[in-house]
Amino acid sequence: MEDWTGTLVKMASTQDKSLYVLLYRHFAPKVKAYITRLGVSEATADELTQETMLNMWRKAHLFDPAKAAASTWLFTLARNQSIDWMRRQKYPEYSLDRMEKSLEEASDPDTAEKHVSSYRMTQVINQLPENQAQVIYMSFFEGRSHAEIADRLMIPLGSVKSRIRLAVEKLKLTLRGEA
Amino acid sequence: MKINHHLDESTLVSYVAGSLSQGMALVVATHISLCEKCRESVIETEAIGGALLEQMDSSEISDTSLETILSQLDEEPIAEPEKGVTDQSDGLVPPPLRSYIGESLDSINWRRLAPGFAYVDIFTEGAGVCRLLKVSPGKSILPHGHRGSELTLLLRGSFSDEIGRFAQGDIADLDDQVEHQPLVDKDQGCICLVATDSPLRFTTLLGKLLQPVTGF
Ligand SMILES: [Zn+2]
Repeated sequence: MEDWTGTLVKMASTQDKSLYVLLYRHFAPKVKAYITRLGVSEATADELTQETMLNMWRKAHLFDPAKAAASTWLFTLARNQSIDWMRRQKYPEYSLDRMEKSLEEASDPDTAEKHVSSYRMTQVINQLPENQAQVIYMSFFEGRSHAEIADRLMIPLGSVKSRIRLAVEKLKLTLRGEA
Repeated sequence: MKINHHLDESTLVSYVAGSLSQGMALVVATHISLCEKCRESVIETEAIGGALLEQMDSSEISDTSLETILSQLDEEPIAEPEKGVTDQSDGLVPPPLRSYIGESLDSINWRRLAPGFAYVDIFTEGAGVCRLLKVSPGKSILPHGHRGSELTLLLRGSFSDEIGRFAQGDIADLDDQVEHQPLVDKDQGCICLVATDSPLRFTTLLGKLLQPVTGF
């Protein structure tokens, strides 16, 4: 498995376009697949993907490998790009101190470990019981609120939340290397 | 700030997935800006999004897309780090909320509705309601249930209900199972930010009449 996080860090420090090409080839098709599943047209998905990938270049120096793997960072860029397009209001973001920190601290990330986690996480996602995987997918890939999921599956709101909680609990244990 | 009541994991998932209503996302972002614990939790939840992205089947991207973008890179301005605001002294509005209501909790144009109750609606796109609610000391907010989810973040003061005591920074993250009657503590009024994800809270005529008063 390629070390995309390391590649991204290296691209940020060297501005090496050949690294950008590698990252683009790996991530752009996934980013487009993600954006397409949110329910936008092909043309819009192309446009939002390009914007996301441009942001990867523009914001690379703000990426903090101690906090996130490259795939996680790309996910947040793609999400923000899509939501800001779908709504006229900017999606509220919490705090940007972690971006500031990345400039101050010379990070020495254990990117390999992050990647093992990411890989294992994929396995765990695939092993979730179907009713838990379903609510995770509906949240992440269809952008549905709990209430919409409850309506669609014809189950109580509380059940939607507890299924999500159960799934997340497993995924986070994996992430922390405890499962 | 000692925070005792946090966001539910399932709410964090919706926030990270981008599937919360605008108003609820605003309340979540505001709590997270105050709460180290939930901030850590969000970072972990984002990693789930990253893993999901990593396992996506790839869509097709035309070769010209890459060529186009490569020709643009040199002209692209490098993004400046956005300024995180760390000043959280009392009376200052937490950063995510500032572009909506300004910087100070003391210069808000309240709309009075009933003795002891004032509110300001915060414009958010899409379903649900988001408003700032100010309640005088010792007042009780009418009992209410929830058809959908409701988030209440305490920005100042405190109240108690069946679940416990909520003070500055605490968030009540409730679904439709919970019926509660918050009672504002006697020493100080409270200001809270409330968002719901469904537009109608009450189905009875009486409820509809009371709705603007209770703010829920
Ligand atoms: Zn919290």
